[in-house]
Amino acid sequence: MIAPFADTLPAVLLIPVAAAALLAILPGYRFGAGLNVAASFLTLLAALALFTGVRPEPGGYLFIDDLNIVFIVLNNFVGFTTSVFSATYIGHELRTGRVTARHLRFYHAMYQMLLFAMNLALVANNIGVMWVSVELATLTTVIMVGLYRTHEALEAAWKYFILGSVGIGLALFGTIIVYVAAQAVIGAGEESMVWTSLVAHAAAFDPALLNVAFVFLLLGYGTKVGLAPLHAWLPDAHAEGPTPISAVLSGLLLNVALYAVLRFKILMAANAAAVAPGPLMVTMGLGSALFASLMLYRRRDIKRMFAYSSIEHMGIITFAFGMGGPLANFAGLLHMTMHSLTKSGIFFAVGHIAQVKGTQRIAEIGGLTESHPWLGWGLVLGVVAIAGLPPLGIFTSEFLVVSATFGRAPLLALLLVAVLLIAFGALLLRLNGLAFGAPRGNSAPAEASYVPMFIHLSLVLVAGFYLPGALVAWFQHVSALLG
Amino acid sequence: MPALAFDTAHLLAGGLVLVSFILLYQDRLSSLLTIYALHATLLAGSVAWQAEVQNAPHLYVTAAIALGFKAIVIPVSLRHIVIRLGIHREIENVVGTGLTMLGGMGLVALSMVVMLKAAAMADPLAREDLAFALAVVLLGLLLMVTRRNAVSQVVGFMSLENGLVLAATGAKGMPLVVEISVAFSILIAFIVIGIFLFRIRERFDTVDVQALDRFRGELR
Repeated sequence: MIAPFADTLPAVLLIPVAAAALLAILPGYRFGAGLNVAASFLTLLAALALFTGVRPEPGGYLFIDDLNIVFIVLNNFVGFTTSVFSATYIGHELRTGRVTARHLRFYHAMYQMLLFAMNLALVANNIGVMWVSVELATLTTVIMVGLYRTHEALEAAWKYFILGSVGIGLALFGTIIVYVAAQAVIGAGEESMVWTSLVAHAAAFDPALLNVAFVFLLLGYGTKVGLAPLHAWLPDAHAEGPTPISAVLSGLLLNVALYAVLRFKILMAANAAAVAPGPLMVTMGLGSALFASLMLYRRRDIKRMFAYSSIEHMGIITFAFGMGGPLANFAGLLHMTMHSLTKSGIFFAVGHIAQVKGTQRIAEIGGLTESHPWLGWGLVLGVVAIAGLPPLGIFTSEFLVVSATFGRAPLLALLLVAVLLIAFGALLLRLNGLAFGAPRGNSAPAEASYVPMFIHLSLVLVAGFYLPGALVAWFQHVSALLG
Repeated sequence: MPALAFDTAHLLAGGLVLVSFILLYQDRLSSLLTIYALHATLLAGSVAWQAEVQNAPHLYVTAAIALGFKAIVIPVSLRHIVIRLGIHREIENVVGTGLTMLGGMGLVALSMVVMLKAAAMADPLAREDLAFALAVVLLGLLLMVTRRNAVSQVVGFMSLENGLVLAATGAKGMPLVVEISVAFSILIAFIVIGIFLFRIRERFDTVDVQALDRFRGELR
């Protein structure tokens, strides 16, 4: 039984590539959307099969270990549900004339390219390949953010492109310095770029070089995570691109960039003389979270507001991983999973809300629970979850982050609690106007599939009550790996 | 002979930093593109010299890409676009030239201090190269933030990428995968930029990024 699944690793990469090629040449948006869903589903199956199979030996370019398998499964699960959401979403966009059929063909091909690039970044056993794939993911999303060709979309895409390139340039410089450090120990050639051999030899690397490299890598990949001060692209890109892309950006691409930072953190931790990466990550994470939670109050655009909420949560996750130790790492992993599920679920709701209301302005949206009960209550559930109210999953993970911090740095924990409360206030304030009261603004009947949204939200709800033992054991194991 | 090898590498990499400075104060798009071509040519020379010194023939490929693609194809086509858009006049600087140059000097000093200290143990050729490369990268960043014009931001980005290629070739025996990918990424980046410029042209008749700023989502 195990043998047929032995090596689905290539499938995780090949299915999206093949689908992208097919989607680029085949006309018809209905067919394209269907193929997009089917390909994402197959990739998800291949990703799940990675758990059952015999793990292949780490190669020079690709590998699977206990850490990246978590990211791969999460990545492809959200990739699949978003493709289902996207199928209902884009039909409406086509009818309202925001996009043409030709753009949609392009959009579907790019969607699969993005999944490919993210999967490649996650399974790469080579710091060069990882860099290339993160860059590929950035370029595909730049193109998709500019899909609507409006002034705002172009400006958002341009800003994303410029800041993304700067971030990626800094990350490449860091990658090169890591290679220079490795080359002195391992010797010139491929071997000095392979994760597994880098970690094995990290103790002998020159600590001064590693320190400089980590600063560049944290700033570079941190740009993609959306950490302040290089976060400026994120709200624009989320607000102006198609909503499925906002969901994928928030739910997945930020995680992939964070995964890169975590890999280098493991490398730093393997060298006793190098500076501890934790305090840097704690500072950047907490700074971003504080900044974003304050910015939440002044938002007038609904997608922009949730984009700032993503910055806040990525800050909290970076903070948790920066604290380190089994409990904080566990909390970070759980929070990352919960945030991906909740935030993409919220964007599914927001996408349909923007369609029925014909606007993204918060002032023109109101009383959704009355006019569109399914959408309205879906949004309520999502916002309650993202604000960290019990009994949903994010409450559990935030509680764990705070309690892990309290034992070791009470002052930081207080600051973190303050950040959470500030964000909580802003979100509930806005939710009140959006969901309750008399309906405001335009209103069209919703033609939406609620399935992806409620699948995500019910998973988050269940996680608040009960986490399967196997999942907990797996996360604990991974937390130990993260150090 | 090693002394000559070292000095020539030093000269070429230092020349790249100097040309980065020249880029900073160009106030016409056409001259900016000419100087960028010079920048890429120097990079090609530097990479070719590294190929000679390190006895790594595959680096000649990178040098050829730098010479053919970055020094000739890109500046020529960008000039074509610029003329067709009718914007080969002055470019506005956000801060004055004097201030920009001072900032540039500060960045170069910073990169020397950081890299020479951090890479004290590394082989001297790689160390000097990394220090110069960091200077070129930071100057490219400075060019990007001080310009509002989309084309000059692109030139800033490309000079930044040149610094990265310099760093990658200075690191002894860095696998070919990376160099090719860097060259490739520039190609892709250029295509993306091309699409952008044309779309911006479609909508605005200007490539001034400031014109785009007016349409910021929340200022409606």
